[in-house]
Amino acid sequence: MPRITEETVDSVARLARLSLTPDERSRFARELQAILAWAESLQSLDTTDVPAVQSALAEHLREDAPHDGLPHDRALEQAGDHADGLFRVPRVLPG
Amino acid sequence: MSGPVGLTAAAMARRVAERALSAEEVVRAHLDRAFAVEPAIDAFLAIDAEQALAQARQLDRALAGGAKAPPLAGVPIAVKDILHVDGFPTSCGSRLLAGYRPPFEATVVTRLEAAGAIVVGKTNLDEFAMGSSTEHSAFKPTRNPWDRERVPGGSSGGSAAAVAARMVPLALGTDTGGSIRQPAALCGVLGLKPTWGRASRYGLVAFASSLDQVGPLARNVEDLAIASSVLCGHDAQDATSAAEPVPDFAAALARGAKGLRVGVPRRFLAQGVEPETLARFDESLRALETAGATISDVELPHLEHAIPTYYLVATAEASSNLARYDGVRYGARAPAAPDLRRLYGETRDQGFGDEVKRRILLGTFALSSGYYDAYYLRAQKVRTLIRRDFEEGFATCDAIATPTTPAPAFRFGEKTKDPLQMYLADIFTVPANLAGLPALSLPCGLASGLPVGLQLVGRPFDEETLLRFGAALEQVSTHHELAPPL
Repeated sequence: MPRITEETVDSVARLARLSLTPDERSRFARELQAILAWAESLQSLDTTDVPAVQSALAEHLREDAPHDGLPHDRALEQAGDHADGLFRVPRVLPG
Repeated sequence: MSGPVGLTAAAMARRVAERALSAEEVVRAHLDRAFAVEPAIDAFLAIDAEQALAQARQLDRALAGGAKAPPLAGVPIAVKDILHVDGFPTSCGSRLLAGYRPPFEATVVTRLEAAGAIVVGKTNLDEFAMGSSTEHSAFKPTRNPWDRERVPGGSSGGSAAAVAARMVPLALGTDTGGSIRQPAALCGVLGLKPTWGRASRYGLVAFASSLDQVGPLARNVEDLAIASSVLCGHDAQDATSAAEPVPDFAAALARGAKGLRVGVPRRFLAQGVEPETLARFDESLRALETAGATISDVELPHLEHAIPTYYLVATAEASSNLARYDGVRYGARAPAAPDLRRLYGETRDQGFGDEVKRRILLGTFALSSGYYDAYYLRAQKVRTLIRRDFEEGFATCDAIATPTTPAPAFRFGEKTKDPLQMYLADIFTVPANLAGLPALSLPCGLASGLPVGLQLVGRPFDEETLLRFGAALEQVSTHHELAPPL
């Protein structure tokens, strides 16, 4: 079983776009370790030749026809910041 | 309880149709009841009395003008605050979405409204439906109407408490791992999770898309059946909704349970059921026998792996679904973040509660390079084994029965320190989600003075058989009539 360190949590948090406090990092490291220890029972099962559950989506594909979406102004009205009909965000590259 | 609040939803709608009661009288009586008991229960995040009364008056005018009464005419309903309803904000129990006003409505809500139902409010839940107690709501915990020191279950705890406390006869919940059935059991009401794909999820905020399903909570099986026929069915707006025809569930109830077969996975139950809860479960099986059903043991050997399988699959999907909350298009936004990456990170760290962060981290880990095969992919394979167990089980029985929960409602704080203990509250409910099967929780009496439930899991798209069992149980017992001391 992999050992979950604060560094592991850090790298996962980066992937998940979460900024954690130092206290959260150490607590989540402990808790994730405990949860994974408990999920270890799955490793003992023989899953040779067992297919993963497939999404039922393929049976449900609809025709790819254009239709009206959300009106532009309705889509923008919940945004924290927007201008000229666009979402506005702070600079993309750190300064 | 007298007046409209004492009636079933079906009886209310009949009286409104006959114009013996007005929809406005029905809605007003429930609002009075809700305002009287809500301070003790905290089931709702929002109530809109004016909007509800206006809709009731509109219905009354239409009926006075000769319009045909729909099946839920004038029936007040509550909707879990993770489904979009016109005129209401959707918070998902999260600071991140506080004040969010959805630009469209959930299809299931529109269908219930078209059938005459009137939404009085939005109910409390664990944040983004992640939890089994409502203690993970960012705003407040909901109290169990049977004992205010205990949780109502979750995540649809507000909906279950509102129905149990007679604030509404009918409510909508959502169920990813038991979030309709577990609170229904702990509050002494009925809850149905339909087959995956049976009801539209358009307008439902996604948690784990291969598991999420919408369903009703009610106080008797006829009301549950009527609501299920209304809200189930194909929706072009939801690519995952199934084209299967939806029967008139209420019409099937009279057929009872004679000749139906119930399988009981005794070995799985040995994982630990509190003695009184087990006693109520066994009594309910004997009641089904009295109603003409046969009971036998069934082996479902992989169910013991259901909880870890569920937590790997559900968190992986959640980590992906919740990536959309970035502070840009809607929802809370961290102020004064100097660059885009900090905007994302700070918005999410400030907006999400502990349990949501824990699940996003676990899910991201299970999907990450180097661990995907060992965790996520393996869990999806074990899921196939669990589904096969059920398929084999259904060769010899029409429904599989377990207690809905291993024990009655727990106290506030009892399980919040250890996430694993909280997850185990769902041990009997998650298998149906993993296999995509319909499952029903029925009240089966009191354990130490608190309600517990009988769960029946059925074949895909065979909600009808489950509801027939429910109707049969109501013929031979009065558990569904028990009311909390409020």
